[in-house]
Amino acid sequence: MAMQQGQSEIRYLTPPTIETKKKKYCRFLKNRIKYVDYKDPEFLKKFLNEQGKILPRRITGTSLKFQRKVASAIKRARHLALLPYVTDMLK
Amino acid sequence: MKNRYETVFIATPVLSEVQMKEAVEKFKDLILKNKGEIVYEENWGLKKLAYPIQKKSTGFYYLIEFSAESSFIQKLETEYRRDERIIRFLTFKLEKYSIEYADKRRSKKTEKVEE
Repeated sequence: MAMQQGQSEIRYLTPPTIETKKKKYCRFLKNRIKYVDYKDPEFLKKFLNEQGKILPRRITGTSLKFQRKVASAIKRARHLALLPYVTDMLK
Repeated sequence: MKNRYETVFIATPVLSEVQMKEAVEKFKDLILKNKGEIVYEENWGLKKLAYPIQKKSTGFYYLIEFSAESSFIQKLETEYRRDERIIRFLTFKLEKYSIEYADKRRSKKTEKVEE
């Protein structure tokens, strides 16, 4: 009797961890943005890590089409010194 | 056939305001002389550079949107390279979506000025 109770309690204490994965989406497709502007460094910073590197698609969830556009926009912004090539503590 | 372009250049911060205006006029004249039309221009003023260029940490940014023949771009860029006042430049061809974006951006800016 005591054993049974213990077992049920254990089951209760360790409930199965339900992982609710948030589905990633491409913000350009969702917001119907068709052109990525290189003149807006604040927006492009969302696609950079702290060292100023371009974040991969698997993290940002951007579609391939727009990842390419984002990458070239970032590179243009870097050329115009709107964004740094290398840095630390960008955010 | 004419295309729409957008060009941004960075001039050295050592220039005075008058000299800066001269530089801008020079490139605007160049566009006009080569049968181009200026659609829009925007002065971003003195901005801090994200990294030093030619040992300078600031620069005057200027944006010109224009339409011209494609052969003109080469002339413009050689002129940029020859000019000592220009430390960086970028010319960008606008296509369907970027023209749309540029028009929207422009109307927003002009609205702000009117207010």
